[in-house]
Amino acid sequence: MKEENGKQHNGQNMLKESGQFPAQDIPNDAEQLTMRDLTVGYDRIPLIKNINLGVRPGEILTLIGPNGSGKSTILKTITKQLKTIGGSVFLGKESMRELTDSEISRHLSMVMTERIHTELLSGRDVVATGRYPYTGRLGILSQQDWKKVDEAIALVHAGEVQQQDFRRISDGQRQRLMLARAICQDTQVLILDEPTSYLDMGFKLDILTTIRMLARKKNLAVIMSLHELDLAQKISDTIACVKGDRIDRVGAPEEIFSGNYVQQLYGVKPQQFEPQTGQVFMERPEGIPEVFVIGGGGTGLAVYNRLQRQNIPFAAGILQENDVEYAAASALAACVFSEKAFFPVSEETFLRAKQMLDDCDACICALTEFGPYNEKNRQLYEYAKKLGKVCAEI
Amino acid sequence: MRSQIKEKKNNSGTETNRTLRYLVSFVVIILLLAILFFWNIGVGSVEMSFFDFLGVLTKHQPDSTLYQIVWKIRLPRIIAAVLLGGALSVSGFLLQSFFQNPIAGPYVLGISSGAKLVVALTMIFLLEKGIMVSSLGMVVAAFAGSLLAMGFVLLISFRVSNMSLLVVCGILIGYICSAITDFCVTFADDSNIVNLHNWSMGSFSGMSWEHIRIMVIIVGITVVITFGLAKPISAYQMGESYARNMGVNVKVLRIALILLSSLLSACVTAFAGPISFVGIAVPHLIKLATHTAKPIILIPGCFLGGAVITLFCDGIARTVFAPTEISISSVTAVFLVPVVIAAMLRKQQM
Repeated sequence: MKEENGKQHNGQNMLKESGQFPAQDIPNDAEQLTMRDLTVGYDRIPLIKNINLGVRPGEILTLIGPNGSGKSTILKTITKQLKTIGGSVFLGKESMRELTDSEISRHLSMVMTERIHTELLSGRDVVATGRYPYTGRLGILSQQDWKKVDEAIALVHAGEVQQQDFRRISDGQRQRLMLARAICQDTQVLILDEPTSYLDMGFKLDILTTIRMLARKKNLAVIMSLHELDLAQKISDTIACVKGDRIDRVGAPEEIFSGNYVQQLYGVKPQQFEPQTGQVFMERPEGIPEVFVIGGGGTGLAVYNRLQRQNIPFAAGILQENDVEYAAASALAACVFSEKAFFPVSEETFLRAKQMLDDCDACICALTEFGPYNEKNRQLYEYAKKLGKVCAEI
Repeated sequence: MRSQIKEKKNNSGTETNRTLRYLVSFVVIILLLAILFFWNIGVGSVEMSFFDFLGVLTKHQPDSTLYQIVWKIRLPRIIAAVLLGGALSVSGFLLQSFFQNPIAGPYVLGISSGAKLVVALTMIFLLEKGIMVSSLGMVVAAFAGSLLAMGFVLLISFRVSNMSLLVVCGILIGYICSAITDFCVTFADDSNIVNLHNWSMGSFSGMSWEHIRIMVIIVGITVVITFGLAKPISAYQMGESYARNMGVNVKVLRIALILLSSLLSACVTAFAGPISFVGIAVPHLIKLATHTAKPIILIPGCFLGGAVITLFCDGIARTVFAPTEISISSVTAVFLVPVVIAAMLRKQQM
């Protein structure tokens, strides 16, 4: 017993160093699901070690990380698809190891990425399978059970497809039904493995909105994995980043999405991702700028993309740093001339831009008019015209 | 609000429609079973009218020919066809659920042939020592053979994920087993082996009441247990991970499915030899009729449907070229292979 305590203290120290939640001996009162020193992997080979995460009722915990980082492995271990290699998972205060399969099925529901193959089942039938843990020996649903099924279908707005054969229902509607299925399982914890994969933008937003609403209305504790960082940032209360053999960082979205952390996590260049807005950019054409783009206010975005596609290195300017296209320009242009937000363009920046214009072969002006606060760009444009470098297209 | 009420009405409407469909299907199947029963009693080398049959049932005349024919030959044969046909179909349904493959069945997976092989070997070995094999002994031998073939199929199924390939492997296993059986039967020189040869082609002839008693016990218990597993099987149909999340002990269920399906097909093979395509085709026919794949409907449905099909095919087998009897498998193949092909094509479309 003493030895075990010693071990746990050791673990605690290690975890503090790696910046994770401190391990406690008893799960936090408020948490619905708690992972304590959990080690997961396949065939007894540890993949991710010492996971300490928890999720409270009404909260969404999202796992992010590159493909193959082990997000699904964690979720599969929590849902008992995979054997726990070390540590434990608590549902409320009870270790999942001590709960029977049928007890777990009343506490934890899931929607996995694998598509289910049904035979002669309507959408409603598939949802009804969620009531399985509550039915009797023969699995016949009571009036009460059907009521729950109908409620769940109404909650995800899947009423119109519920009578159709599940095999013929679109991916988006299927996902709604699978969500309804998990809802009518009446659990406190909901596990979702990439609930938005295969879905178009409309359904992505719809499904995530529904998940958020469920967490709030039904006070569900939700753990999911997501690939869409922009959406993860908006929907999650807590984000856990899976990297290498550990949970690299845990925190509120604004903590995770700052600086260059997410770019490092996914192994992309710092300028290729804009953490505040979640925008992503292609790789910039490297080399000495051949074209100078005068833009601003979003007018230059199309030009940047076109030049990027043709792999022509370019310079962009002169932009204020709060311009909507500033992030794109920084990511894609070989050289950006900019001025701090709400500061007038300095003479020095202007001169450097002019010099660059001298060296470029052509100049594209995306602006159609120059306002009184954009005098320097107008001068730049006049200068380019004098050099005879202005052209509409490349 | 109005649309919600409408929806509710729709839902309860479809539920009623479904229940009605199940009911009609079962009534039709039972009616067919009754008709086929009387047809099978009536036709044969000695024709018998309904009233003759009633006479046999009501009057106790052990010496009359009709009495002998009904009680010693036709009735046991009919009951055997009903029980074993039902057992085969339920076995096919279990295998299809286990492999989640619509073209699985005890015959195509080589399980019947495995049972046949071990039964033949056991009989030849014991007959040479002058020991007659009891029918229970035959079932035990067949069960061992079924499990052996099933073991091979499972080993292959761990390596190949393609279900069609698995079925091809099963058919090949079946060929090997049949070849070895033929080899042994040909070179064994006992007069009893002649019976063995007939049996290995598949036939319901020569059933005794002793056989029936053992059949009723084994098939009865196995089918009842299977029906008791309807709920976990329905969860298993959703895939392994969801079944586990619903609280099903998947490992135990898988073992149960294998044991039950093997025992059912072993029982059939022990008494009637290998019978082809009933196990694979009947579940599809019942699904077509009831329009559901729910085990709670399909298990009894398959049992009754298998009984109907087998009784029908056995009637054909013994009357069409009377007095020569053709093997039951030839008849089942003619009628059921189209069903199997249709099922495969439907799967392709999905």
